[in-house]
Amino acid sequence: MRRVVITGAGTVNALGQDVPATLEAMREGRCGIGDLDIRDVDRLSVRIGGQIKGYDETAHFNRQQISLYDRFTQFALLAAREAIGQSGLDFAGGLAARSGVVMGTSGGGLSTQDDNYRAVYEEGKNRVHPFIVPKLMNNAAASHVSMEYNLKGPSFTVATACSSSNHAMGQAFMMIRSGLADAMVTGGAEAMLCFGGVKAWEGLRVMSKEACRPFSANRTGMVQGEGAGVFVFEEYGHAKARGAEILAEVAGFAMTSDASDIVMPSKQGAARAITGAVADAGLNREDIGYINAHGTGTLANDKTECAAVADALGPQADRIMISSTKSMHGHLIGGTGAVELLACIMALRDGVIAPTIGYEEPDPECALDVVPNEAREARVTAVLTNAFAFGGLNAVLALRKV
Amino acid sequence: MTGTIRDRVIGIIAEQAVLDVSDVRGDQSLADLGIDSLGLVESIFAIEEEFDIQVPFNANAPDSGDFDISSVDAIAAAVERLVKDQHG
Repeated sequence: MRRVVITGAGTVNALGQDVPATLEAMREGRCGIGDLDIRDVDRLSVRIGGQIKGYDETAHFNRQQISLYDRFTQFALLAAREAIGQSGLDFAGGLAARSGVVMGTSGGGLSTQDDNYRAVYEEGKNRVHPFIVPKLMNNAAASHVSMEYNLKGPSFTVATACSSSNHAMGQAFMMIRSGLADAMVTGGAEAMLCFGGVKAWEGLRVMSKEACRPFSANRTGMVQGEGAGVFVFEEYGHAKARGAEILAEVAGFAMTSDASDIVMPSKQGAARAITGAVADAGLNREDIGYINAHGTGTLANDKTECAAVADALGPQADRIMISSTKSMHGHLIGGTGAVELLACIMALRDGVIAPTIGYEEPDPECALDVVPNEAREARVTAVLTNAFAFGGLNAVLALRKV
Repeated sequence: MTGTIRDRVIGIIAEQAVLDVSDVRGDQSLADLGIDSLGLVESIFAIEEEFDIQVPFNANAPDSGDFDISSVDAIAAAVERLVKDQHG
């Protein structure tokens, strides 16, 4: 079977506007969550988020581009530039046709929708800019990455709420493994931190007003983030032949559906995805050293996830480290798995396990080693990254050191 | 909807539980009435809309807020207090 490796990584998120800055923040256990700076924030009851501060779109894109690029597309393009730059790939000729882009997002161009609904409903305008549809569509980011880098193979967008980018990366992985493509640009992007985006989440009563404290007994819910993570997945032989630097191997992937409840997570569904990813990678559960948790900081997710890990890994659950970096960058919804994959790469390559910050009180229902508050040095050779979405759709990737 | 605050709260809870108002007793919990966590969040939304109040409730810390949801009576009393505080 063809093997798949990662040869490029890029990101922009609340912790940093590139991979080195993000990994440094994760190593230092820095918190990127703070007061939201958005229009009408005074009408929100949730006023914190993992917002990218000091982001100036005009520093990166010209006026014509901005008229077509929603904030989520901008994030995707910036992350793709870093990832493809690192990979050193030039998508020309035959390689272009054998390369594609699969991106995850949940809200797509939500800020564009928010702005334009405001214009027509609140301000009573009867006219909107001609590019609103191509700007807000969920596949805009994937399409612009494809156009910018001449990626002419299989390209589309996956929307499975909080699992979107893990599902997207899983598709990219399977396409290379099965021979459908030789290289794939993949990950996820999200920019939901606008008035309507936060207001909708507020309604569900699961958002924290003060901090994201995954696995801590006094946790008060999730905190939204924004940004993108993008990677270059490449067939192992292809990467090896051109002497590319290999960041990690994508070894396995599994996805399951709870088929039970639209918001409450299921231990069985999550455990089946974890077990499936380990098996698909050809690993034993004893090989797993670290799990990047879904770890949203909600009452329901964290205890269900810990129970699922315990079920799936058996005695090994007491030996692994599991952390939630959402405590630092917030929950990027459809982009979250992509940014969290960076913590997995850091664990495998640098031997540094990103911490779960904001941890204050042990919860007997989350009795695993959650790497509280400080990063840890540890040698791990195989890791998992979990994503469990509203709607009961679960996606877990397994990575291995190369 | 007219009637006392308590009657209106019971009306909202009964509707959520798909029960007749006369089948809802003050000492019952929402779980007794078959209302799950989503139903609870919906009921709180309906209460906020009905009385134009803000209810302090976070589903992640259901017992730690100022809003006692342990029984129908407790909810009615909490709503009476919130209406007084916010519209008094």
